[in-house]
Amino acid sequence: MYGDPTADADPSVAFGHDMPFYTRDWHFDPYHQRLTVARRGAPDAVHFDTEWGNWEVFIQEKRGEHHTHAGTLHAPDAEMAIMLAKENYARRGPCVNIWVVPEDAIAASAYEDADMFEHTTDKMYRDPAGFQGLRKKAQAGKERAGDEAAAGGNP
Amino acid sequence: MTTTTPFDLASAPAEARAALDAYVLALADDALLQGHRDSEWTGLGPILEEDIAFSSMAQDEIGHALVWYTLRAEHLGAPTPDEQAFRRDAAGWRNARLVELPRGDYATSLIRRTLFDIAKAIQYDALRHSAWPPLAVAAGKLRQEKKYHLLHNQAYVRRLGTSGADSHDRLQSALDALFPAALGLFEPTTGEAALTALGVVAPSAALSAVWLGAVRELLAQSGLSAPIATVAPDVGGRRGEHTDDLGAMLDAMQSLHRSDPEATW
Repeated sequence: MYGDPTADADPSVAFGHDMPFYTRDWHFDPYHQRLTVARRGAPDAVHFDTEWGNWEVFIQEKRGEHHTHAGTLHAPDAEMAIMLAKENYARRGPCVNIWVVPEDAIAASAYEDADMFEHTTDKMYRDPAGFQGLRKKAQAGKERAGDEAAAGGNP
Repeated sequence: MTTTTPFDLASAPAEARAALDAYVLALADDALLQGHRDSEWTGLGPILEEDIAFSSMAQDEIGHALVWYTLRAEHLGAPTPDEQAFRRDAAGWRNARLVELPRGDYATSLIRRTLFDIAKAIQYDALRHSAWPPLAVAAGKLRQEKKYHLLHNQAYVRRLGTSGADSHDRLQSALDALFPAALGLFEPTTGEAALTALGVVAPSAALSAVWLGAVRELLAQSGLSAPIATVAPDVGGRRGEHTDDLGAMLDAMQSLHRSDPEATW
């Protein structure tokens, strides 16, 4: 039978907090070191009624996997950025963790330097595809060596 | 809270059955109309990101309504969820008046959403212990989505309440205007006392006390005050007595279904 709901001895089991979940202060806590850095990097003078900063949003679909860039949004601070990122970028697919990074914390290369990334000579050896068939070649080499040994070895 | 014997619907007296149906209908109607009102902001939100977040929460609420209407259809002899939502006149609705009021400015919608979500979080939290298992299971499921709703609302109310006179005053005006109707969320449905005696639902009066405590705490952190001492609850919704706003809202919400009941999409 229901008694006084405040006397409920089973507060908020599902979330593992020791306060009833409706009286707890809900924040996206910056427990992650990177988020602390992000918060420090946020502009100090935030004016709620003027332009908000840009935040880059990264979504982690599964624990242990890479965070991948999902998009950009406007927010006055890191907590609001994560709060808004949840519905803007994590409402459809799976997500277990969000990073937000203030845009001005990102350093970028220049497009004028894009020629640096071009390959002017054959660099197939850097591509896994360049190593296709290597096992077969090794096997053939071993067999050839075996044949030569049976025929009397090298002179 | 001690557990009683499970409530067996099949052997329950007709009165208890009717009381349970009225209770679940109120849950469903509260959720659908809150969701529908909030969906009126889609495309009009104060900023793009909040437009999307608020619309998403409106969809959550419509999803909650579907859970409750389905529960009525599966266990309590009600027609399909669509028929419950689209073939009912204002007098048949059991929502609290709070959720039928016009959306107002954004402060009004945000404060309504905040007062509503705290109430529903408390109610679903308590209903997890219902002696009627289908109700306990559904409440436990919907409770989980309230976590983000609370977080979203708190983030805005705390910031807007403390960041300047204009935003503070708008929130306070919205609170003053909505508080009586918010208290109406705790108007008992017909036969509630019989259900509380069986451990099927939590007493509304007890939920209301917890709600007041939680609301006061948030408002105190936000530089706002609850006009509790000065207001009487605006009730009637649970008996089908509604404002004209509900009729106008249903005209819009049901217009497609009225014009073509067989329409699908």
